[in-house]
Amino acid sequence: MASLRQPLSSLLTVLLLICTEFVHCNTNKRATDGQDADFSVPLEHSFEMDDVPRFRRRGSLEVRGGRENGVSISQGQLSEEDRNMLKEVASVDGLYRIRVPRVSLQADRQSERQIDGYLTAFVRACALVESHLSDVITLHSDVAGSLIGVSIVTIPGACRGVEVEDEVDLDVFNTTLSIMAPVTAPVPETALFIEKMEQEMERKGKNPQEQKSFFGKYWMYIVPLVLFLMMSGAQDQSGGGASGGAANGGSR
Amino acid sequence: MSALVCRVVAFFCLLRASAAVFEDQVGKFDWRQQFVGNVRFAAFDAHSQASKKLLVATEKNIFASVNSRTGELFWRHVDKTGQDGQIDAMLVHGQDAVLVVGNGRLLRSWETNIGGLNWEVVMDTGSFQTAQLIGLADIVKFVAVLKKSAISLHYLSNGHQKWVENLPDSDTVQYQTVYSSGNGDVFVLGLVPHSHIVVVAYNIEDGEIMKQVSVEAPWITSLDSSCAVVGSAVLLCVDPVSSSLYTLQLNAEGRAEFVHIPLQSLDLEAEAGFHPVVIATQPHPARVPLKEFFLQLGPERFILLQLKDGAIAPLRDFNPANLVAFATTGEKTVAAVMSPKNETACSINLFSADTGRRLLDTTVTYNLDPNGGKLNRLFVLAFLKKDDSVGYRALVQTEDFALTFLQQPGRVVWVREEALADVVTMEMVDLPLTGTQAELEGEFGKKAAIQDGLLAMVLKRLSSQLILLQAWIGHLWKLFYDARKPRSHVKNEVTIETLARDEFNLQKMMVMVTASGKLFGIDSKSGTILWKHYLQNVQPNAAFKLMVQRTTAHFPHPPQCTLLIKDKDTGLGSLHVFNPIFGKKSHIALPTLPRPIQQSLLLPIMDQDYTKVLMLIDDQYKVTAFPSTKNVLQQLQEMASSIFFYLVDSSQGTLSGFRLRKDLSTELMWEVVIPAEVQKITLVKGKRANEHVHSQGRVMGDRSVLYKYLNPNLLAVVTESTDTHPERSFIGVFLIDGVTGRIIHEAVQRKARGPVHLVHSENWVVYEYWNTKSRRNEFSVLEQYEGTELYNSSVFSSLDRPHPPQVLQQSYIFPSPINTLEATLTEKGITSRHLLVGLPSGAILSLPKMFLDPRRPEVVSEQSREENLIPYAPEMPIRTEWFINYNQTVSRVKGIYTAPSGLESTCLVVAYGLDIYQTRVFPSKQFDVLKDDYDYMLISSVLLGLFFATMISKRLAEVKLLNRAWR
Repeated sequence: MASLRQPLSSLLTVLLLICTEFVHCNTNKRATDGQDADFSVPLEHSFEMDDVPRFRRRGSLEVRGGRENGVSISQGQLSEEDRNMLKEVASVDGLYRIRVPRVSLQADRQSERQIDGYLTAFVRACALVESHLSDVITLHSDVAGSLIGVSIVTIPGACRGVEVEDEVDLDVFNTTLSIMAPVTAPVPETALFIEKMEQEMERKGKNPQEQKSFFGKYWMYIVPLVLFLMMSGAQDQSGGGASGGAANGGSR
Repeated sequence: MSALVCRVVAFFCLLRASAAVFEDQVGKFDWRQQFVGNVRFAAFDAHSQASKKLLVATEKNIFASVNSRTGELFWRHVDKTGQDGQIDAMLVHGQDAVLVVGNGRLLRSWETNIGGLNWEVVMDTGSFQTAQLIGLADIVKFVAVLKKSAISLHYLSNGHQKWVENLPDSDTVQYQTVYSSGNGDVFVLGLVPHSHIVVVAYNIEDGEIMKQVSVEAPWITSLDSSCAVVGSAVLLCVDPVSSSLYTLQLNAEGRAEFVHIPLQSLDLEAEAGFHPVVIATQPHPARVPLKEFFLQLGPERFILLQLKDGAIAPLRDFNPANLVAFATTGEKTVAAVMSPKNETACSINLFSADTGRRLLDTTVTYNLDPNGGKLNRLFVLAFLKKDDSVGYRALVQTEDFALTFLQQPGRVVWVREEALADVVTMEMVDLPLTGTQAELEGEFGKKAAIQDGLLAMVLKRLSSQLILLQAWIGHLWKLFYDARKPRSHVKNEVTIETLARDEFNLQKMMVMVTASGKLFGIDSKSGTILWKHYLQNVQPNAAFKLMVQRTTAHFPHPPQCTLLIKDKDTGLGSLHVFNPIFGKKSHIALPTLPRPIQQSLLLPIMDQDYTKVLMLIDDQYKVTAFPSTKNVLQQLQEMASSIFFYLVDSSQGTLSGFRLRKDLSTELMWEVVIPAEVQKITLVKGKRANEHVHSQGRVMGDRSVLYKYLNPNLLAVVTESTDTHPERSFIGVFLIDGVTGRIIHEAVQRKARGPVHLVHSENWVVYEYWNTKSRRNEFSVLEQYEGTELYNSSVFSSLDRPHPPQVLQQSYIFPSPINTLEATLTEKGITSRHLLVGLPSGAILSLPKMFLDPRRPEVVSEQSREENLIPYAPEMPIRTEWFINYNQTVSRVKGIYTAPSGLESTCLVVAYGLDIYQTRVFPSKQFDVLKDDYDYMLISSVLLGLFFATMISKRLAEVKLLNRAWR
C-alpha cells in the first residue's frame, strides 16, 4: 500500500504520459500544472466478452477543488476496435463497467490522497450502445469530501434491441458529469412555527371580531338547530316512553 | 376564519386516527405473558403453611414472586439491565427478602407479600463476595455482607449499619465465606491459594476481632463449593488431588490444625477428572448447621455423609443421582434426591437427613421433556402433613430455562418457559386448512383436473359436498350441545390437533426463537405454547435468522421453516429445518457449510415441491443453494444473471454488490466505500419481501398524480460518525440501490447521534435519532417520488430507471426516547399505514404515518387542504389513546413483529421483550368488518317488513284495480 503512495507530481506526469500516448485528448481546457487546487482522476472502463473486467483508460476527470466542487471530463473517441467490441458485448448482453480510484476531492487533502482501492459501477452494454453513448456519471462524496461511490446510467436506460447502424453514433461519449455531496437533512422547524403562532396571536389581538368564539359567531344558526333537535327529540322520547309503558303493561 | 377551518380539519383528522379499545374489548383480541428470565436464586416462602409464594431473582435483574399454585406472577420488580442492576445474592427470612444488587452497591429489603420495599441502603464500594443472615440467641437480626476488603453488619429491620470492619491483609488473602451459628461470633474465612486458610472471628456486638488464626493448607485452591461448615463449627474441605477430606474445628482453643481423612478410609473414590463438591445446609441462620452433608463424587454420584465426634460416616450412597437438595420444615430436615428412572423419566425421593432412610410414599415421577434441556437444579418445598409426615413439592430447573413445579405423586402443577423472556426473532405462519378444506383444495388442484374425466370430477364434487354437509351437521350438533351447558364449562382448548385456519386467517402460529436456543410454537389467539424444541448445542452468542421456505399454502406439502444459526466468533453456520406447525425437525439432507457464512437470502425461485430456495454465501463468495436439487440448479442457472446480492463490511465501510454466475460462483459488480475513519455503518435495511403497495401514486390537490418511487431493491444505510463530540457528531443516511450500487440519496443529519431506529417501507424511510444540540429525540421522514410522470409504469427495473427520484424530507420532535420501531402491514396495502413505536415505558404507540409526511405544509393552502394534509407542527404528539396495549405494558420491549391477516383492515402485532404481547390493530378502523353490536334483527325485520308491505300493497292495488274495472 505504501508503494502506491507516490508523490503527486510524478503520478500526474505518468497519467499525462498515458494520456498523450493512448488517447487523443480533445479538450484540455485547464492546464493541470501550476494550479494545485485542480487535479485529475483517471476514469477507466472495461467491456469484455468473457465478463472478466480488464480496465482500460477511458479519460480523466478534471476536479476543481475548493469550496464548490466542480468536475469536467476529458475523454477521447472510441477506437474502431473498441466500437466493434462494445457492439459485440452488447449483443450478448454483457456489461460495461467503469471505475475510479478512491480519492479525496478536497484540494488540501491531496497530499494525503491514497489510492487504496477503486469504486466501481456498471451499466448494461446494450443500453450504452442504444443510447448512442449518452451516459450520466455521478460521483458521490461524503462529508469529508472523499469519493464514496460512482454511478453510471444511460438515457434512455432500456435495451429494446434496436440495431445501431451508424458507426458515427458510437464515436464520442456524450457524458453528463456531476458530483453529489450529502445534503443536510432538515431539523424540526420550530422557529418558523413559533413565528406563525405569534403572528396568529397578534392578528387575533388586533381584531376583536376574530376573538369571538365559534358559538359567539354562529349562535343565530345553532340556537334554532338545537331547538329543533330538542323538539323532535322530545317527541321521540314521549313516543318511546309510551311504547315502553305498553311493553311493561304487557309483561305484567 | 381560515385558521379555524384548518383547526377543524385537523381535529377531524385526529378524530379519525384515534383508535382506542373499549373496556369490554380488553383481552378479547390481545393477550400478554410476563416472564422473569433464567432463575439465578429461588426460595420458597415457608414461614407459614398456607403460603404459596415462590421468590425468584433472575439473570435479567428481576426480583419476582410466583404463585406456586398457578405459576402466575404475584408481583415483579424490573431493575436496570447490565451490571448496575445485577442481583448478587438473595436471602429470605420470614416475610423479608434481602437482595444485594449491583456488585454490592445496594442492599435492599423487600416485603414479600405485596412486594413493597422495606428499606434500601447504599453500601461502600468494593467487589462483593458473599452475604449471610446472622442470628443471635435464636433470632435472626442482622445481615452480614462480605466484600473484598471489608465486612459490614446491617440490621435486618431497618438496614442501618451496625458496624463495618476492614479485613486484615485483604490484599493477599481472598475472603470468601461468612459463618455464624448464632452464638455471638461471626467467622470470616479467607485463603491464600496453595498456602493457608485465614479464620477471623468478629464479635457480633462491636465488630472487634476476637481471634485470628491462620492454618496451613498447601492443598487449598478455593473455598467455594469445595468447603462448607458442617455441624458445630467444623470446616470441611475436600481436596481432589489427594482425594481426601479435611476437617478443621473453627472455635478450637489453642493451635488449630486440619485433620486429614482419606476418602479411601471411607471406601469412597472420586471419579477421575471430577472436582468433588460439598453440599451442606444450615436450616436456621441462628443455629448450627446440620451434621449431615452431601459429597458429590461424580456427575451422577452423591453420598450422604455424617460428621459425628470428628469422625465421618457414610449414611447412604446415591448412584446414580442427578440432583440433590436439602429442605427443612419445622424441626425436620430431609434430603431430596432425584435419580434417573429410565430413559424418559426421573424420580424424586425424600430421605431422612439424619439417618439416610427413605421416607415412605414420597416418590414423585418427573417425565423428561424430549424437546427440553438437561436438568439443572432442584428446589424443594417441604411441609408437615396432618399426620406429621413430610410432604413436599419440587421445582425443577432445566438448561433451557424452564421451571417445572411438581406435586406428589408426579403431577406437573405448572411450567414456566423463561426462555421466552429473551426472544430474538420470530415469524408468523398461517395455520393449515382443516381436512375438509384441504379435500376441496385437492379437488380443484390443477393436476386432478387434467388427469380425471368429467364423470370422475362430478363424483368427486358430490363426495366433497357430502363431506362438507357432514361437517356442517357435526358443527351444528356441537353448537346445540354446547348451548345447553353453562357458559363457563365450554372451553375452547387449543391443541395441536384442533389447529385450523379460521375464516379470516386471524389465528396464526407464532414461531419464536429465543437466545437460549429454544424454539417455540405459540398459538397467536390464546398464547398457548403448542410445541417447543430445544437446540442442544447452540453457543450463547449465536445469531439467528428465521426464514419461511414453504408456507402452508402448498397442500399436501407440509410448511417448512429454516433457522440459520451462526456462531458470532467463528462465523460458521448451521441449519435447522423444521415444520412450523408441529415443531418437528425435518429429515431433509442439509448442505454442509464448512466456511463462515457471510450472507443468506431467500430467493423467490421455487423447487418442484414449492420450497423457496435459500442461498448462502460464504467468505470466499461461493454460493450454496438449499435445497439444491437438479430443478433448482437449472432455474438458478437460467436466472443467474438477474440474481444480485450485497455484502456489508462495517469495519471497512464497504458495501459491495455481487451477481450470481451460471456456475454458482459470483462476480463483483459494484463497490461503495464509506471511509470507516469518518463514519461507521451501523444499520442496513431493505424492504420487507411480503409488502404490497396498493397505490402507485398520490393524488394531489390540483388533481395531478405524484408517483411514488417504488424500488424494491432499495437499501437504507445509516452511518454514525466516529467523532462523538456533540457539535461535530452526525448521522449519515444513504439510499442505495442494491442491484446497481447507485446512491439514490445521501443526507447528513448534523449534531445527531444514535442509536438510530429505522423503518423502510413503500417509498418512505422513517428514522429516529438523538439531537445532541437540542438534547431531544427526533423523527425524520424521507419520501421518494418519481414525479408527475412515471418512467416505466409496467415494470420496475433497477437497471432501467435513469432519472433519480425527488426526495422530500421533514423532521419532527418526538417527546420520548424509543426502544423499537416497526410499521403495520396489511394483505393488500390499501389500509393506511401506522408506525408502531415501542417506548421504554412499555407502551406501544400506534402513530399514524399521516403525521410523518414530508409534504405537510407549513402554510396551509387550498390544495393542501384538498389533499387532507395536516399542517406542519414541529412536535409529534403522543396521545394515550394511541397506546394499543392500554395498561398491558411490555417491559423492555425489544422488537415488534407485524403480519398481515386475511382481513385487509387488520394487522397482527406481536411485541416482545421481557414480556410478550399480541394484539390486532386496525389502522383505518374496521372498514371491512361489521361491528359486534351490529343490529341484524333490525335490518332483517326492516327488510322483511318492506317485503310484506310490497306484497300487501300489491295485492291491495290489484283489488282496487279490479274494483275500479267493475265500476
